[in-house]
Amino acid sequence: MSFLEVRTVSKAFGGIRALDACSLSVEQGSITGLIGPNGSGKTTLFNVITGYERVDAGEIRFDGRAITDAKPDKVFALGIGRTFQLTRVFPRLTVLENMHIAIPRKGIRGLLKHWGPLQEQRQALDLLDLVGLTTLKDEPASNLSYGQKKLLEFALILVVQPQVILLDEPAGGVNPTMVNQMAGLIRTLNEQKGITFLVVEHNMEFVMGLCHMVNVMHRGTTIAKGAPDLVRKNPAVLEAYLGA
Amino acid sequence: MKALRTLGLLALLALVLVFPVLLSPNNAVTDMAIFTLIYAMAATGWNIFSGYTGYISIGHAVYFGLGAYTMALACQHWNFPGGYLPFLLLPLAALVAGVFAIPLGFLALRVRRYAFAVTTIALMFIFQLLAYNLRGITNGSNGVFLPQPPWSADVFDLPFYYVTLALLLVSLGLSWRVRHSKYGLGLLAIRDDEDRAFGLGVKTGSYKLVAYVVSALFAGMAGAIFAYFIGIIYPQFTFDPIVDVNITTIAFLGGLGTLAGPLVGAVLVVPLQQYLTVEFGGESLNLVLFGAFLLVIFLVLPRGIVPSLQGKWSAWKATRAKAVRLSSAASKEQAVLAERRERL
Amino acid sequence: MSLIIEGVVLGIMTGGIYALMASGLTLIFGVLEIINVAQGILVVLGAYFSFWLGQHFHIDLFLGLLIIMPAMFGLGVLLEWAFIRRLRWDRITLSILVTYAIALIIEGVLGFVFTTNFQELHAWYIDAAVPIFGFFVNDVYIIAFILSVVLLGALYLLVYRTSFGRRLRASMQNRTAASLVGIDVPRVQAITFGIGVSLAGAGGVAFGATNAFNPASSYDLIYRLLVIIILGGMGSLSGSLVASLVLVIIGDVVALVWSPVWSSTVFFVLLVALLLFRPQGLFGRMGGRKQ
Repeated sequence: MSFLEVRTVSKAFGGIRALDACSLSVEQGSITGLIGPNGSGKTTLFNVITGYERVDAGEIRFDGRAITDAKPDKVFALGIGRTFQLTRVFPRLTVLENMHIAIPRKGIRGLLKHWGPLQEQRQALDLLDLVGLTTLKDEPASNLSYGQKKLLEFALILVVQPQVILLDEPAGGVNPTMVNQMAGLIRTLNEQKGITFLVVEHNMEFVMGLCHMVNVMHRGTTIAKGAPDLVRKNPAVLEAYLGA
Repeated sequence: MKALRTLGLLALLALVLVFPVLLSPNNAVTDMAIFTLIYAMAATGWNIFSGYTGYISIGHAVYFGLGAYTMALACQHWNFPGGYLPFLLLPLAALVAGVFAIPLGFLALRVRRYAFAVTTIALMFIFQLLAYNLRGITNGSNGVFLPQPPWSADVFDLPFYYVTLALLLVSLGLSWRVRHSKYGLGLLAIRDDEDRAFGLGVKTGSYKLVAYVVSALFAGMAGAIFAYFIGIIYPQFTFDPIVDVNITTIAFLGGLGTLAGPLVGAVLVVPLQQYLTVEFGGESLNLVLFGAFLLVIFLVLPRGIVPSLQGKWSAWKATRAKAVRLSSAASKEQAVLAERRERL
Repeated sequence: MSLIIEGVVLGIMTGGIYALMASGLTLIFGVLEIINVAQGILVVLGAYFSFWLGQHFHIDLFLGLLIIMPAMFGLGVLLEWAFIRRLRWDRITLSILVTYAIALIIEGVLGFVFTTNFQELHAWYIDAAVPIFGFFVNDVYIIAFILSVVLLGALYLLVYRTSFGRRLRASMQNRTAASLVGIDVPRVQAITFGIGVSLAGAGGVAFGATNAFNPASSYDLIYRLLVIIILGGMGSLSGSLVASLVLVIIGDVVALVWSPVWSSTVFFVLLVALLLFRPQGLFGRMGGRKQ
């Protein structure tokens, strides 16, 4: 029984079968990659895991519990964070304010207090430091570059100290320096804090260099799985990419 | 800089406090000031919901009307004489408005943002029609009288002025507090990306509803004061689309989601409307002029007056800072060069 | 029973007129993503235009459409170019405010030129009536209804059977994709706005022939039109047609069977009831639009 498990999940949008009896398992403490040609269903898979879409059939289990149709806020509260392909940060709020949205607070009285008391500020600033955005803390999020927004999204998820982070194309559209920065960040978080990662990526070097295990999707289902080197040589995988 | 600003605000407050006493004999001006304050208060309350969440409620006059009728009918029912007593009914007006706001808000918030605006209008009209048709309760189109206060003409306006001013300050205080609170931050997040906020754990449903009810409270009190001040109310002038539009226009003109915005908006719109109606109303030209005024403002300053001015202010400061940096960099370079020359 | 039939028949006729007025509004929302609050006063403008043509040039009320519709089209294109095009930030809300300002200006001008007295559009055949199902329907209602049907039919053909219509529908569904395949989206938007205003003008003639009007009539109109397009689903032409008919028929039946006093209330209560169960309207798409 692995940490995050997807069991024969299917999801159709009208006539299109985005997910077709797809199965996937993610081991705790691993950095697992998820690759596949465009349209193979990777983002849809993320969406059903995190509750942004409902499944038509199948089951999703996290640490033994079923989370199949849980809503996004519930999934987040259980410890699964995710980023989006097109970054979703709060554009009119500053970077620091963005962070504070994610920092939870209990009770009605707590809600009425100022949004940035000392302890929470420190928490936010520490995380911003980790991703390297400290100097931009007072900038409106809309002023950030694409790559910086991705880092901010990362920081947002880290607030609740998730156990699993789903990354949807973290290296997409980002300059090479920042790609390395990101890979380093993922590795650090994985080794030091034990966070499990499921990474969707098209950047092969990124995936192969970072991931312990790689799954390949094609047409809504997984067609191969294994260590990066093995997957790279798998004929079915090559066919999917070249033939697709 | 901050000390200067605080001083300025205090001076403004002092001015506003003595205003009616200084101009006491000129009742027309004080009348206008009272209307301005009423609208400023309603718009500030409106802002707490619509400004911060971005859900534009165009039908807020429903609470204005509910507050007005609560005041009128309560005075009648309990035989309140004119004077200071009816002012004690203001909390009741707020309560009634708030109680209605819960189901109405819940209904209206079920739809998407642009449909939300129209739904609020529809709800407002339902109540207008109810006010017309439920004659037994509201006396229909004959209107309801309110008790006449016994104060003499030259001090008549003063209690209204100060009560409304006090409520305006309360609404401003609350708006300020909300804005700097965690709750307010959540509202702003809802404005920017509601689904993402929800995904990050913000309870968007209750956040929105609470803000909506709070804004209804102030609209209700505005309606109640309005009713008592005018002395007689009718369905079409309390559940009035013009009230809706005025509140929305004032808030937008001044700047949505800002504290000073509704104030600036009210001070501009209410006297201007009155002036235009008096001078040009006969030939309908007041509409043309007012429409043209609005058009210019909305096209030139789409964010509203206060944010646009703030933007220009910070842009000016940024260029100043840049100039300072450049000049200090230039002088640094010169210092380095001078040093090198000395060593040679 | 006969009252109900009368209500239904009258409702269909009037509903057709409202459908004509609403079609422009929903079309404009669909393609430009703005709420044209001035649609009400533009309808009234159409009515006054026809009145003016009748008074000064003795042009027949329905023939005048040949002048009115192109003129209103031009006005629409002009308004879009001058004001709507410039809206970028917070487009939907700002459109409400800007079109409201434009509506005020038009209302003021109309009041200035024509005074605020009520007018009616007259034609020599206005007082003739035709018996249907045992009660009388004024000829003018029938002609106005036929006009609405014809124009709505023409609109349908335009939108679903011409190449322009295809470009229009593409722009409605996905503006970015449409421009990527070479559709001149700004041009489509300008033309669509023109069409919308032109339809308002035609609706004004039909409305003015069957109702007394003055500049302030625009308020009642725009609220009804907004409710109709919300009910039908914003951006859906068939939705606005169905919603118009449903709402007006029910309103007219209620007015005849129960009391005219409650017909407007029913109008709004139905909207609220519908939104409880189907927030996207009858034919609307759930989940908003993604561009």
